[in-house]
Amino acid sequence: MAFPHRPDAPELPDFSMLKRLARDQLIYLLEQLPGKKDLFIEADLMSPLDRIANVSILKQHEVDKLYKVENKPALSSNEQLCFLVRPRIKNMRYIANLVNADKLAGRTRKYKVIFSPQKFYACEMVLEEEGIYGDVSCDEWAFSLLPLDVDLLSMELPEFFRDYFLEGDQRWINTVAQALHLLSTLYGPFPNSYGIGRCAKMSYELWRKLEEEEDGETKGRRPEIGHTFLLDRDTDFVTALCSQVVYEGLVDDTFRIKCGSVDFGPEVTSSDKSLKVLLNAEDKVFSEIRNEHFSNVFGFLSQKARNLQAQYDRRRGMDIKQMKNFVSQELKGLKQEHRLLSLHIGACESIMKKKTKQDFQELIKTEHALLEGFSIRESTSYIEEHIDRQVSPIESLRLMCLLSITENGLIPKDYRSLKTQYLQSYGPEHLLTFSNLRRAGLLTEQAPGDTLTAVESKVSKLVTDKAAGKITDAFSSLAKRSNFRAISKKLNLIPRVDGEYDLKVPRDMAYVFSGAYVPLSCRIIEQVLERRSWQGLDEVVRLLNCSEFAFTDMTKEDKASSESLRLILVVFLGGCTFSEISALRFLGREKGYRFIFLTTAVTNSARLMEAMSEVKA
Amino acid sequence: MNRTKGDEEEYWNSSKFKAFTFDDEDDELSQLKESKRAVNSLRDFVDDDDDDDDLERVSWSGEPVGSISWSIKETAGNSGSTHEGREQLKSRNSFSSYAQLPKPTSTYSLSSFFRGRTRPGSFQSLSDALSDTPAKSYAPELGRPKGEYRDYSNDWSPSDTVRRLRKGKVCSLERFRSLQDKLQLLEEAVSMHDGNVITAVLIFLKRTLCKEILFRELEVRQVALRHLIHFLKEIGDQKLLLDLFRYLDRTEELALSHYREHLNIQDPEKRKEFLKTCIGLPFSAEDSAHIQDHYTLLERQIIIEGTFSSPINLKKTFKIPDKQYVLTALAARAKLRAWHDVDALFTTKNWLGYTKKRAPIGFHRVVEILHKNSAPVQILQEYVNLVEDVDTKLNLATKFKCHDVVIDTYRDLKDRQQLLAYRSKVDKGSAEEEKIDALLSSPQIRWKN
Repeated sequence: MAFPHRPDAPELPDFSMLKRLARDQLIYLLEQLPGKKDLFIEADLMSPLDRIANVSILKQHEVDKLYKVENKPALSSNEQLCFLVRPRIKNMRYIANLVNADKLAGRTRKYKVIFSPQKFYACEMVLEEEGIYGDVSCDEWAFSLLPLDVDLLSMELPEFFRDYFLEGDQRWINTVAQALHLLSTLYGPFPNSYGIGRCAKMSYELWRKLEEEEDGETKGRRPEIGHTFLLDRDTDFVTALCSQVVYEGLVDDTFRIKCGSVDFGPEVTSSDKSLKVLLNAEDKVFSEIRNEHFSNVFGFLSQKARNLQAQYDRRRGMDIKQMKNFVSQELKGLKQEHRLLSLHIGACESIMKKKTKQDFQELIKTEHALLEGFSIRESTSYIEEHIDRQVSPIESLRLMCLLSITENGLIPKDYRSLKTQYLQSYGPEHLLTFSNLRRAGLLTEQAPGDTLTAVESKVSKLVTDKAAGKITDAFSSLAKRSNFRAISKKLNLIPRVDGEYDLKVPRDMAYVFSGAYVPLSCRIIEQVLERRSWQGLDEVVRLLNCSEFAFTDMTKEDKASSESLRLILVVFLGGCTFSEISALRFLGREKGYRFIFLTTAVTNSARLMEAMSEVKA
Repeated sequence: MNRTKGDEEEYWNSSKFKAFTFDDEDDELSQLKESKRAVNSLRDFVDDDDDDDDLERVSWSGEPVGSISWSIKETAGNSGSTHEGREQLKSRNSFSSYAQLPKPTSTYSLSSFFRGRTRPGSFQSLSDALSDTPAKSYAPELGRPKGEYRDYSNDWSPSDTVRRLRKGKVCSLERFRSLQDKLQLLEEAVSMHDGNVITAVLIFLKRTLCKEILFRELEVRQVALRHLIHFLKEIGDQKLLLDLFRYLDRTEELALSHYREHLNIQDPEKRKEFLKTCIGLPFSAEDSAHIQDHYTLLERQIIIEGTFSSPINLKKTFKIPDKQYVLTALAARAKLRAWHDVDALFTTKNWLGYTKKRAPIGFHRVVEILHKNSAPVQILQEYVNLVEDVDTKLNLATKFKCHDVVIDTYRDLKDRQQLLAYRSKVDKGSAEEEKIDALLSSPQIRWKN
């Protein structure tokens, strides 16, 4: 049922060190403002902070009261104020208002701003403009890698996606490079690297630069992690836009997993209160079902429940001594398991209820039709109806994007009509959202002369040299097509199925989408790892619009052990989904690899769409 | 931001003048001499002030290294009581008081943590940053090795400068005065890919170049241009952003950017007025229509009563497609259990006055929506009967337990077997069972099986 790793699978490095490191750095920074102080924390940093420290640690370092950074005047009467924030302009304005109000009242306090994971010059500029530069001291808390699980590191930077893929702002590339650099000082060197995407290439180059500058202290050490793979989210939007059907993905889509934990409401806990549950490998029940297709989960849980019952039942007919043993040794574990079991059963029920209500079956059918490219008219009118019935603004948008990417853009007539109906259903201000989606290449209109594919491909082949780079640039920005259909064919993303696809015994990564589709991102990784290069994938790379951004970098002297060569770090720039994680875990089990995931944030279709939405704050 | 614009400009203009000493153009002898004097004068205040990094810290974001010290000396010397002077002194004092914070003696030594392993990079840069901030004193420092002067004065190449910026260190950009130098700096920043540094350089360029030149140069540097646009959006410099779009002839973005502002307006009346200003903007043809609709909608919402707001009227005004109208109206009426209205929604009269039922969304969808809104079986039945496709009709009727429809359909199909099978699904002794029995024993039907 659950995926046991092959006996020869390599051990994962211990990433808990990253937590201790982040905690110690924070303490170090707090100590720089000696004495009692109030701490203002940005909401987005609270959950990550929770994962590495707790209130008593903060108290030990003379943090008196904790406040949330929000749009309200602060009531703190402390003489020292410390702000723990993301480097955002609005935070600077908040701090400036506070400091300037103090000044006006003739009050002097000490202020310290700790930027995490780094400060931006634009923030300091605001401090200067607001006249408080020098009144506040600034520091950086380079907390950019949070181990959410034994194999999952998150940078907890959901804004990376919008900043880079919509606005073209490269501000986080240095953060990524620094994070990779930190990993290589702790677990490096990384002998073999591959990547695809413009951002991947830039991050890699900057990372290398950092390694050179800090003259490789890793030299002479044996590599622990044999391969690194960097991948831009925009090389595969399709996978991220699909409804998730493996358990962990489904829990994320339904309840939103935040920083590795989820809030299960009363409908799940079958009590009157909500429960915050940590979801990771330590949860023995969860770890067995997280990667499973949802259809298997129920059966597994009920089997588990029966086993549990049997174990409880054993206590009948025990003598006193046995009973004593049972109570002292097994009961606690059983109770724990019982608690987890009932939680996940509750979650399953709640998911089932919600999904039945929203015609999940029909939704999935439409998605599969889009992925495979048949019944486009029917799918289009399904989406239309979805919009007209005002089912959900985010879902409607997601389906439109999926249609657009799989079809290389909507035909103009459909684009106009769907857009108009969308605006009428969900509000005219969404025309800003449509403009964003178009810029990001998520929802486009087929250009009238879009039949020029052959010419276009010739031209792009002709102008690959640097001198003509500008032309290529102009060209690709005009007609950056997703080419999903062609890529899907080349990479066999739609498995040919004779008979039923047995989801209990998955045969390929397609199981994470009910056997209908192999996630493109994961397929690319699989293919490159198999070849240890991009050789033979030229056409795919070209179709991905990445001719200039696919790279391989292998060290010549290879001291990597065969074990380390089966340990692979995959870096998702712009976020990865739990479905992708499950698919690669499956691949790892098949091939004897183990994957370590580093992502700018865990994402899903709703988060991607929300990042693009433009509505009132 | 705007409040300081004037002051700021004046200040920078004056400080540019004062910073002439940094000028390193040496094509003419007089200038060379001037630079030499500049370097010397620089050394003066450097000796005065032991730490260069601190000075740079004050200055990375634009304040020229020289001008601050210079102006402080000036203000101390003659006009110490002017407003500007006081402000500067104050900020200097508070800054130095920050710099004099005792260096923490953390018991949590990170390096002890990594004994045997290498020191992590990020910590290294943290400690670097700290050692860059030693306590500052005003006592002149003697015997400083000559090499260090060179290090921070005006000899940093664009790549050194960008590297320092990348490390988060403070660094004066004031020496990049010629356009060529500025652009070289920008290009170096772009080649390193670090968006934070690109933006830092752009902040400097924005301040030291007139906008026409800045725009002209960015137009051919797309990466930098995107950073400037995002920066302007973030700090809310709407005016410059619109100027930029105008310069680039990106009319649609210009229009959208202007339109976006309405999101921040709370008052409906003001919002409406603002939207009116958007109507003439160069949107794409289709968006123009949407904007017009948005305005009309707000107008309607404000005068909510009267015939203007009748659903049919709204449908006409906003050209709502039949499908969308029917779906919205159907869900709304069904929620209110206004079955009569639902009926009216699908009833059309032809010119002879005959009525006919018609649904642009297909009656099978109507049935599902009604069922979702818990319509009673009698109502459901009526619409199930209107479904044309027989299989769909049977499926729906079975699913929603519209027994009469199922029975009648099997009768029409003359399907005895199915009818017999269905008999087991209805309640014993019910009217439906009786009906089936009557049909099965009827001699008038010629069953096909």
